[in-house]
Amino acid sequence: MNNEMIKDSMFVKAEVAADEKEHIAAPASGMITDAWARLRKNKAAVVSLFILIAIILLAILAPIFSKYDFAFTDYSNVYSTPTKGHIFGCDQFGRDLWTRVWMGTRISLMIALVAAVLDLVVGVLYGAVSALLGGRVDAIMQRIIEILVGIPSLIIVILFLMAFPAGVGTIIAALSITGWVNMARLVRAEILKLKNQEFVMASHVLGSNNLYIIMKDLIPNTVGIIVIQVMFTIPSAIFTEAFLSFIGIGLAEPQASLGVLINGGYQVLQNYPHVLICPAIVIVLIMVCFSILGDGLRDALDPQMRK
Amino acid sequence: MVKYVLKRLGYILVTLWIIITCTFFLMKNLPGTPFDAERFSIMTPAQQEKVLEMYGLNDPVPVQYVKYIGNMLRGDLGTSFTYVNQDVAKVIGSRLGPSALIGLQAVLIGLALGLILGVLAAWKHNSGIDYFTMILAVLGVSMPNFVAAALLQYFIGLKWGVLPIAFWTSWSCSILPSIALSFSATAQVARFMRTEMLDVLDQDYIVTARAKGISQAKVLMKHAVKNSIIPVVTVLGPIVVNLLTGSLAVENIFSIPGIGSLFVDCIKANDYPVIMGITIFYAAFYMLIVLLVDVVYSLIDPRIRLARGKEN
Repeated sequence: MNNEMIKDSMFVKAEVAADEKEHIAAPASGMITDAWARLRKNKAAVVSLFILIAIILLAILAPIFSKYDFAFTDYSNVYSTPTKGHIFGCDQFGRDLWTRVWMGTRISLMIALVAAVLDLVVGVLYGAVSALLGGRVDAIMQRIIEILVGIPSLIIVILFLMAFPAGVGTIIAALSITGWVNMARLVRAEILKLKNQEFVMASHVLGSNNLYIIMKDLIPNTVGIIVIQVMFTIPSAIFTEAFLSFIGIGLAEPQASLGVLINGGYQVLQNYPHVLICPAIVIVLIMVCFSILGDGLRDALDPQMRK
Repeated sequence: MVKYVLKRLGYILVTLWIIITCTFFLMKNLPGTPFDAERFSIMTPAQQEKVLEMYGLNDPVPVQYVKYIGNMLRGDLGTSFTYVNQDVAKVIGSRLGPSALIGLQAVLIGLALGLILGVLAAWKHNSGIDYFTMILAVLGVSMPNFVAAALLQYFIGLKWGVLPIAFWTSWSCSILPSIALSFSATAQVARFMRTEMLDVLDQDYIVTARAKGISQAKVLMKHAVKNSIIPVVTVLGPIVVNLLTGSLAVENIFSIPGIGSLFVDCIKANDYPVIMGITIFYAAFYMLIVLLVDVVYSLIDPRIRLARGKEN
């Protein structure tokens, strides 16, 4: 009965375009969306991210909207403890600490960001060139790295600061001169690992040329490591700048950086602890947040590295 | 193994030579002389000649360089500019004790406390002690050591008044600086140990040990801790770097007559021979420690072979 009802004419060959067979119903979630979805689940990292955004905004905006200039002295308010007018109080010249702390944060962050970008550019280029060229070039470049790795970076930074006049530019240069080595090693190791993996071989077999492989296969897969490394470079640059200014060979008054402020606060710690504690809290907060966010990003960007 | 160590030692020598050469020529080109300009100018030419000769400054720079290297190989690092008539090697040697004591104590505190916290945190995963350890670890790594030292000095030394806040008169003077230096070591060890322990506790042989009916404590001590403690050796390298850096600030804060404070003082006083001496000392010390860590690691963990030279 049923068979009689079904006629051949009822069947029409479906015209499906070849590429539609492989149609992906949902938009492909890229690396960034993926990473963000994973990062969002990490509450501590999200909180850190928001605190960092707040600190960056304050560092940009607070000195602009403050009633006082960061170098404005007011001798009627010397060592004023925190009040309504001066949220963080004043220092030995009656300068408003609220403005000075955020100005210092701005300079410290700027030094760290520029140093991190320089590390990134030099390190990625060096690592990538070394890994991709291979052979004798790679061998020579690796010997240079092995020698540089042996030198405690602090010594190079200090010698560098002795040779050139102290200033923001010198500190950035001193930090970058040692900072790129780790990035170069990481990028080289990662590219060497990726170069021999099946998907790159597949890409080769499918006819992609070298440039395409570098741009589409190798670099996107190293971005995770690069971002993570940058996230750890920034706090260590902030620390080094503060450290150098604290022992008196980095930036100095009247410039304001977190290190200069902590140094100034330390001098009067015995009687006026707030002058040290305010910049100290900000620097610790920045370092802690970068550290937690860095860990969070490592888990989010590269789930295989999760520990 | 012997070949590997020799190769590494070769690298260390080359690196040291590069450091010495670079710092030497850098120092020669730095502005300022070690002498007071006014007093130097009122000397007679003969006196000037005599002073320059005493410090070996009247030769052409390349000759000075060759002489410096030659003297250095015989253990003579020159004469200090600020510590009158004193050998650089002696000046550095006299400052070694306090730095070594503080550094050693800091490493011991860091290892002991870090291992205990790390083991407890992993054993009681996701408990109060675990969160406490993690917070401590993040703080310890993030808080600049000079901030920690200043706060310790203020709250424990000054407000509480139980320990000396500065100087170097008795052993108790070394307690606060050692604690201040140990923070980052504690944090690094605790964090590393916790991660390793969590890994090991997940292994099948731990389940087997438990299934055999061995007591919790025995599983923990005999199987888990023993296997996870090995990789902790590798954090010793970074810890020593942190100690070197930290000592510069911490010794200044606590007025300790150590190498770190000497280094900072000499940088400010342009005492080039001492700066060079300490630079060489720091670099050699650091590289030898890193080599030592690698060798010890391969000796205690048979799975690690020192054949990494072939890969590169």
